[in-house]
Amino acid sequence: MATPTRPDKTLGESLQDHGLSRRGFLKLCAATASMMALPASMVPRIAAALEQAKRPSVIWLSFQECTGCTESLTRSHAPTLENLILDMVSLDYHHTLQAASGEAAEAARLTAMEANAGEYLVIVDGSIPGPDANPGFSTVAGHSNYDILMETVEHAAAVIAVGTCAAFGGLPQAKPNPTGAMSVMDLVKDKPVINVSGCPPVPMVITGVLAHYLTFGRLPELDGYGRPMAFFGQSIHDRCYRRPFYDKGLFAERFDDRGAKEGWCLYRLGCKGPTTYNACATMKWNSGTSWPIESGHPCLGCSEPSFWDAGGFYEPVSVPLTANPGTTLLTAGAVGAVVGGTAASVAKHRVKKANADRQPVTVEALEKTL
Amino acid sequence: MSQAMDFLLWTKGPMFTIAMVIFAVGLLARLVEIFVLGRATNYAEPRANEWLPGFRTVLTRTVADPGTFERAPFNVVVGWVWHIGFLMALLLFIPHIELIKGVLGISWPGLANPVIDFFTAVTLLSLVATLVHRMAHPVKRHISTVEDYLVWTIVFLVVLTGYLAYHRLVSPYPLALGMHILCAEIFLIMLPFTKLTHIFTAFIARWYNGAAFGRKGVQS
Repeated sequence: MATPTRPDKTLGESLQDHGLSRRGFLKLCAATASMMALPASMVPRIAAALEQAKRPSVIWLSFQECTGCTESLTRSHAPTLENLILDMVSLDYHHTLQAASGEAAEAARLTAMEANAGEYLVIVDGSIPGPDANPGFSTVAGHSNYDILMETVEHAAAVIAVGTCAAFGGLPQAKPNPTGAMSVMDLVKDKPVINVSGCPPVPMVITGVLAHYLTFGRLPELDGYGRPMAFFGQSIHDRCYRRPFYDKGLFAERFDDRGAKEGWCLYRLGCKGPTTYNACATMKWNSGTSWPIESGHPCLGCSEPSFWDAGGFYEPVSVPLTANPGTTLLTAGAVGAVVGGTAASVAKHRVKKANADRQPVTVEALEKTL
Repeated sequence: MSQAMDFLLWTKGPMFTIAMVIFAVGLLARLVEIFVLGRATNYAEPRANEWLPGFRTVLTRTVADPGTFERAPFNVVVGWVWHIGFLMALLLFIPHIELIKGVLGISWPGLANPVIDFFTAVTLLSLVATLVHRMAHPVKRHISTVEDYLVWTIVFLVVLTGYLAYHRLVSPYPLALGMHILCAEIFLIMLPFTKLTHIFTAFIARWYNGAAFGRKGVQS
C-alpha cells in the first residue's frame, strides 16, 4: 500500500515515490519536449522545473458532457506519460474519479479553492447552459452549471476547457441548441482559457499542456481558437499519411471500392481533414495504434467549432450546406423567368407604342423646312 | 482570425444560397428577356438556310481567322490560354466536381490535382498579362471601362484565392477556403449583370449573326 502523498510534495519527489528512476524521469522530460515541439536544449530546464514544481491543485468540473473526455484520458494504456502526469497533479475534485460524494465532494472543491486561491487550475469538460438559459437543464448538488463555473473560476490561475463541448459548445450547442449551451470562453472573460478541443481530445494534449504549465509557469502559445499551437498548429490534411493520394488525385469514392481498399484519399467520402486542426495524424489513438483515417473512415472534424452543424459527415468539404440547392435553384429560376418575361413584355409594349407614335418624315417634308 | 470556421460555414451556407438565388434570378431574367424580345421580323425573302451558317459562324468566330491573329496575336493566344485554364480548373478539379454533384446531381471524371495546379498557375500568369496589356495598349486603355477592370478583378481573385487555398498558403485553411468560396459567389452574383453574361450569350449571339448571314446568302 503506497504511503499517502503529501499535498506539498514536489513533482520530483512524487515521481520518485512512484519508482520512476532518474533515467526514466529524463526520458519523460525529453518526450514532453518533443511532444510540445520544443528544442532538445529545453530538456534540462523541463527536468529542473518539473522536479521542483509543486503539484498543482486541479479542480475538474463536468457539465453537459458524455464523460468521453475523461474516458479518453483514463483509458490510455498504462503506464503512459499521461497517467504519470495525472498522478502528479493534485486532482482535488472530479465527479467520475473521486471517491467522495455528496457534501464531502463539494467540500473538497471548496477546500481546494480556499487553500490554493489564485494558483489552482480548473479543467472543464462539457458545455454550460448560458446565464439566460433555464438553469435547471444541468445542475450539480443543486447548483446550476453556470453558478458553479463562475464561483470556481473566480480565484483560479487558468481554465482548461477539455473537449469540444467545453471549448466550442460542441454537441449540446448543435442547432437548435435547446439548452442554450455556451462554451467556457463565451463565459469566462477575465482568466486565461486554453481550449483542448476534440470529441474526445487526444490524451497527450492535456498532459502536454499541464507539463508546459508546470515547466514555464505559463500557458503555451495558442492559436486563434485558444488551442495550443504545438498540437493544433497543423491540419489533419497536412499531416495525413494519405495526403500523397490527394495530391495525385487518387480518391476512394465508396467505402467498398478499389480506392478504399488501396487506402486512397477519403476527400470524396466527406473527410473534413482539410479544415480540421488536431494532432490525431501524428499522435494517433490507443497508444499510437491507429486513428480514424488510418482505419478507413473520413475525419469528422470534431475538434473544430460547429462541427456538428458543418454539413453532412459524408459530404465533401466543397459541398455547400444548403439542404436542397436544387429546389432553391428551380424556384429562383422560375422567379427569373417571370422577371425576364415581364421585362420583355414591357420592352415590347414600348416598341409597339413607339411604332404607333411614329411620325414618318419624307424628303419633301424635310426640304420644306430648309 | 478566431472566427475562420464561422466565416467558412457562412460562405458555404446562407451566402451560397443568396448568391445562387441572385445568379439564377438574374440570369434567367436576362435570357428570357433576350428570347422573348426576339428581333424585328424580316419580311425579305430568305436567300438560303439559317441553321448551318449559324453554326459555322459559331465556329469561325470562336477560332480566330488568320487576319485577326496577325493583327492581334496576343489577344488570341492569351485569351485562349486563360479561358481554357479557367474552364479546366472550374470543371475538372475534383472538389469542384463534388460541388456540382452536390448541387446539380451530375458528375464526370476529373483530372489529377497537379495537372489542375499547373493550369491554374498558367491562368493566373495569363490574367496578369491581359491586365498589363490592357493598361499598356493605348487603344485598349482608352476603351476600357470600370466594368472591364471590375470583371478582371473578380475573375483574378477567384483563381488566386483558389490557388492559395489549394496550396494552403493562407492560415487557417477555413479562412482561405472561405475567401475562395466568397469570391466565387461574388462572381456568380456579378455574372448576370456584367459582361460575364457572355458565358451564356456568346454562342447564342454568334449563331444569331451567322443565321442572319445565311438568310442574306452571304459568307458566314
